[in-house]
Amino acid sequence: MPREKILHKVRTALGRSSGQPPAAPPPVRLRIPDVPLDARIESFICALNKLNGKTCVAHSPQEVLDYAAQLCEGKRVVASNSPVLRECGIVELPNVRSNYTDADKLREACAAADIGITSADYALGDTGSLVIIASPREARLISLLPPVHLAIVPRSRILTGLDELFTLLPNPAEQTSSMVLITGPSRTADIEQILVRGVHGPREIHVVVL
Amino acid sequence: MSKAATTEPSKFRQTLEDANLQLAVYTATGRLMEKRREAVAADVLPEYQELRTQAHEIKKHTLDNLDYYLELFEEHVTAHGGKVVYCKDGSEVADFVLRLAKERGARLIVKSKSMTTEEIDLNERLAHHQLESVETDLGEYILQLAHQRPYHIVAPALHLTRYDVANIFTEKLGVENETVIEKQTMIARGVLRQKFLQADIGISGANFLVADSGAVVIVENEGNARLTTSAPRIHIAVAGMEKMIARAQDLPVFLKLLGRSATGQPLTVYTSFLSGPRREGEVDGPEEFYVVLLDNGRTRLLADREKRQSLYCIRCGACLNHCPVYRKVGGHNYPWVYSGPIGAVITPQYMGVGKDPWLPFASSLCGACYEVCPVKINIPKLLLDLRSEVTKFKAKERGGWAERMVFRLWAWVMRHPRIYEMMGSMAAAFFPEGEKPGWLRSVPSFMNIGPLKGWLSQRDLPRPASKSFRQHWRSRRKGGR
Amino acid sequence: MGPRVALFVTCIVDQLFPRVGLAMADVLERIGCEVDFPEAQTCCGQPAFNSGYRAEARDVARHFLSVFEQAEYIVVPSGSCTSMISHHYAELFRKEPEWLDRARAVGSRVVEFSTFLTEVVKVEDVGARLDAVVTYHDSCHALRELSVKSGPRRLLGRVRGLTLKEMDRAEECCGFGGTFSVKFAETSGGMVRTKVDSILRTGAEIVVSIDSSCLMQLQGALARANAPVRTMHLAEVLASR
Repeated sequence: MPREKILHKVRTALGRSSGQPPAAPPPVRLRIPDVPLDARIESFICALNKLNGKTCVAHSPQEVLDYAAQLCEGKRVVASNSPVLRECGIVELPNVRSNYTDADKLREACAAADIGITSADYALGDTGSLVIIASPREARLISLLPPVHLAIVPRSRILTGLDELFTLLPNPAEQTSSMVLITGPSRTADIEQILVRGVHGPREIHVVVL
Repeated sequence: MSKAATTEPSKFRQTLEDANLQLAVYTATGRLMEKRREAVAADVLPEYQELRTQAHEIKKHTLDNLDYYLELFEEHVTAHGGKVVYCKDGSEVADFVLRLAKERGARLIVKSKSMTTEEIDLNERLAHHQLESVETDLGEYILQLAHQRPYHIVAPALHLTRYDVANIFTEKLGVENETVIEKQTMIARGVLRQKFLQADIGISGANFLVADSGAVVIVENEGNARLTTSAPRIHIAVAGMEKMIARAQDLPVFLKLLGRSATGQPLTVYTSFLSGPRREGEVDGPEEFYVVLLDNGRTRLLADREKRQSLYCIRCGACLNHCPVYRKVGGHNYPWVYSGPIGAVITPQYMGVGKDPWLPFASSLCGACYEVCPVKINIPKLLLDLRSEVTKFKAKERGGWAERMVFRLWAWVMRHPRIYEMMGSMAAAFFPEGEKPGWLRSVPSFMNIGPLKGWLSQRDLPRPASKSFRQHWRSRRKGGR
Repeated sequence: MGPRVALFVTCIVDQLFPRVGLAMADVLERIGCEVDFPEAQTCCGQPAFNSGYRAEARDVARHFLSVFEQAEYIVVPSGSCTSMISHHYAELFRKEPEWLDRARAVGSRVVEFSTFLTEVVKVEDVGARLDAVVTYHDSCHALRELSVKSGPRRLLGRVRGLTLKEMDRAEECCGFGGTFSVKFAETSGGMVRTKVDSILRTGAEIVVSIDSSCLMQLQGALARANAPVRTMHLAEVLASR
């Protein structure tokens, strides 16, 4: 059986025996800088703008709804099952379809949609990244198939960066099969190093911080 | 050129003389160098050197205990409903994919970028059995259409211009000749979007395997890897087993280094952390999740304590961009899919030093690769070790005796200062001062052989001094200074 | 009185560029060092080491160690040869503890010429004068293995009449690489021509470096291109007055 054979080869190469515990691993060094919330929000917005992301700070659910309504006018829109979107009234907008539980139907809807709306579980201040964890509330394809992605991020969810994320989630696999970090719109520079946005994923990304 | 030669393959010339290609490669790598430099500058990332050291230590620890972490990884993948498959080589990987495809009635595979699958020619192996496997990274897609292998680990189509792409698209896709890059990209998006929605299986690589989570981590900019791993019903990740790191909490170190070293991005657009198939309640994602762990010679590299570090590589491509040799000879003159300094180090270890014995010698040992390596692989040192292995191998095969004799004789002379001095004076007599002082443009044809010929083919030659330093020194001391 | 130094002029300087060794001796004597030249010296062994002939390199290295064992400081007009002795001898004698100790002891006293001035005797102004615009080439082993970067520039900064104009590719390899220059002649030639272009863009009259091997490559290519730029070792610049 290749498994046994390969593991045996690895052990032989390393001079280790089966079941031998490993040496002590190097210490984990995660450092969380002390950055106040306002500065984290500012840094997030600044980083995302640099990547051509569009951002908006909303002071009420109504402002979120206004932004979404304007963006979505006359468009086909799929929204995730996140409670945040419901609270803002986004799922009640006339052209927004939501509440998908079937993968095939969701996929079909996303493939035909102009805009996908999600929340984000976290955002990273230093890189302008969204963190989306797959769950009954958030699917994978809504932030991926439509050419425009709108994300609503509660301000308290904006972290300093990767170190803080992995301190909060020392092992993301315990709660999800998929965690994705999204840092700006989809891009490529494979031909002559010329930047083109929207090659496979969304060409536009909008984030409303609530 | 004899097979055992450690000199320049003649095929280099074509690349060196291709002015357009030289400019394309030089410009592209130069831009990547510039972006990296800005991204790791001390005012932007003060902990850069510390991160390199940490990354090196984590990789060292994980690979020194790899059997343990492989089993730990497998345990977690299995617990999350996925399956780990160990494969000895490319044919076992292909067999696994073909069998699965047959069992599930799969007809179309979408693939995201993976050097590991390039290494084992997976597409060709599958195509041989009439199973279509489409590359979806834009650069890789273009190369697949053109039947070429990647020119660069990170920027596979770095050598092609928009006009090349236009021709390839017209010929292979039957579209009108289109030379606007944005429009070319949208043509590819259109074709590949359909493939994503039709495919039954998605095959990805892995940038990292996380042992304590059973997770596959993939970084990318286009979104094709996310689509590959999200849209089809089955996801297979094919990874070299050296991609392992011990803990999810080690990821920040590597994620901070990888994007910056590769393209100067603090983080690539998408970083996917995937651990198993869709779970209860999750709306989408694959129903089946496999991780293929490939050996293909890696256990052999592990066995050498010193050279084991070449397995720490995270495929950022920085050593290629910074290598003055790669920048001259490009990616297709290297014998295998891995090019540049890291290719020169790992290829002889996978293939045996006797196969392309010139490879470890194709370096000026300038050390730029080591300087920029995010995991601190001491590439120049490994090249030196490999050179020594090559000469030993040649001695065993009774080859390269002339060069060996020269070095033996040379070493003997160097231990005998008087003979060394005498030989020096003789050489000086051989190159008498001509009418023009300074440098020689040519030598008589009987002398224009071997190293002299090599030197003079490119540059003028200094005359040996008529009086060596030691002779000057003696008269200077006699002169009472 | 300054320290006693033993010159290791390197085989390249001894046979091809003796004026570099003489200039180095001049500068060292000028700042008060007592200069000695152990006549049994030949080469550090790097050509064999870099070509994969470890046993031959070891033989030559042992010779070097015996010649220089007694020296207080060994000053070398080359970053590459210095690094060979101070860094790579350890690899060469990995399996010979006795020689390894000797190599370490000698290795710790080997100093590249510019480093000797800036870090050991801490003299930056040696009273030199050279009316010229120069550019400085970082030789790879000095830069990356010995971290020599600002020292030579500081020394050049103190030379009266001299203007330093940096080139855009100062840290890029000249393509010499020992036997690489003849084994991979065309690649090496391509590399040096790129470097020459960078030099010519500065408008400098002189390229300065601390390694004669790089300068041989650069001067050979400059001469081949009939370029009106000459090369000088840092020691020659500092000896000018």
